[in-house]
Amino acid sequence: MPKITFIDAAGTQRTVEAKNGMTVMETAVKNNIPGIDADCGGACACATCHVYVNSEYLDRVGKPSAMEQSMLDFAENVKENSRLSCQIKVADDLEGLSVTTPESQH
Amino acid sequence: MAQGMDRVVVIGAGQAGAQTAYSLRQSGFEGAVTLLGDEPYPPYQRPPLSKGYLKGELDADRLFLKPASFYSDNRIDLVTNATPVRVDLAARRVELPLGPALEWDRLVIATGARPRALSIPGAGLEGVLALRTLADVDRLRPYLKKGARLAVIGGGYIGLEAAAAASRLGVSVTLLEAAPQLLGRVTGPEIAGFFLRTHRAAGVDIRLNAVIEGFEGGGRVSAVRLADGVRLECDVVLVGIGVIPNVELAQQAGLACGAGLIVDRAGRTSHPDVFAAGDLVQRPLVHYGRVGRLESVHNAIEGGKIVAASILGLSPPIEEAPWFWSDQFDVKLQTAGLWTGADQRVVRGDPESGRFAVFYLKEGRILAVDAVNAGPEFLVGKRLAALSARLAPSELADVNLSMKDIGARALG
Repeated sequence: MPKITFIDAAGTQRTVEAKNGMTVMETAVKNNIPGIDADCGGACACATCHVYVNSEYLDRVGKPSAMEQSMLDFAENVKENSRLSCQIKVADDLEGLSVTTPESQH
Repeated sequence: MAQGMDRVVVIGAGQAGAQTAYSLRQSGFEGAVTLLGDEPYPPYQRPPLSKGYLKGELDADRLFLKPASFYSDNRIDLVTNATPVRVDLAARRVELPLGPALEWDRLVIATGARPRALSIPGAGLEGVLALRTLADVDRLRPYLKKGARLAVIGGGYIGLEAAAAASRLGVSVTLLEAAPQLLGRVTGPEIAGFFLRTHRAAGVDIRLNAVIEGFEGGGRVSAVRLADGVRLECDVVLVGIGVIPNVELAQQAGLACGAGLIVDRAGRTSHPDVFAAGDLVQRPLVHYGRVGRLESVHNAIEGGKIVAASILGLSPPIEEAPWFWSDQFDVKLQTAGLWTGADQRVVRGDPESGRFAVFYLKEGRILAVDAVNAGPEFLVGKRLAALSARLAPSELADVNLSMKDIGARALG
């Protein structure tokens, strides 16, 4: 089971064990990581689980779907490595993944 | 923090009650928090019940909002299977069927709503079910085997989502709606027509203007009897005709109620130390200058955050335009704002393409948007609705103008 590190806007790191098949958002919520609200519970409907993915992992995380991309286009403080964490599924090749939460979600 | 405020009791462990407890702790409240739920489970998400969970794509533990350890780690005393019988405002106590009464300094009522029942012959037969809780879905799902026949009563979101999920499981679905249009309570003819076509194309037999006389069966339901003489054979019935707010506990305690338990903008009831949030409250709809009762995740989460802030004397979050979503087949509907009172509807995009939006305006100002597979229309529309932005219908309808541009023009 891969370990994922969540970094908040202030730089505080929290590393947790993730479960394959769950999403990065679910991993955060179950571990009470601040800054990932995920109001819609992962339905790709609210853009409150926005994260910046460590650039080394961008390829492994994969490209956003059209729906996700359209939500990201209108989220706040979007960067090239922005993703919605509810759309990233945890798998073994994400071992060591780190994601940063935007300041606007705190 | 206010004096004499060591104990908060929250009645109801749905999304609103749970959010209140989470927000109290997240904001640094150090006193005792008791969260009373009348179900056997820790707080969970209800939206997937009529979607992924019904289809068997998710396990129950993925529905839980937090792991069980969260409650002990954060000193939230979660009590399941707890159904209070009385709230005593004078003595500041909540009475449970068993054990000593719970004393509180601040009380939060988040008892939600329950499915409206049909009062027609046969409504009590085995296999006539509702869909509100995890247990409801666990009762319904065994009936939904490939080839089974499901009759859905009511063409609202719950009925349509369940029809879509069951249809995907290979169940033969007939949906009966009393009105001439689906979703009559919540949206206009364009969206209703789109879902009608989508469901029919997927093989769901939708019958509008259907008047139901009763259910037939010897013990277990075997048919729905319609007023026009039609007898529709089925293996199971799902009734989805709306909900009734659970205001009884509050009403008996003497708290003011209207269409729901009445709260002010701070989530406070007619008693200064009693708050409420979620499906049961009638709250100010600040973007619309009126009061109303909402049934949505957004309303529950926002209400919980507002109540926690009020209890702690912190500044409350800014209210968003009410928002909502529904997943049916491959369609994601996202709604922002409330369309009631609209005098104009503007369609953006081609409904036949499966990606479009309907903007609802009143006197030239945006009240709401229904976006079908259209994230930008939803996200920008949500901000436009919150500001009652004034926009030319011709601009809204012009798909050559991006939502970014439209938003920039209206929002500056």
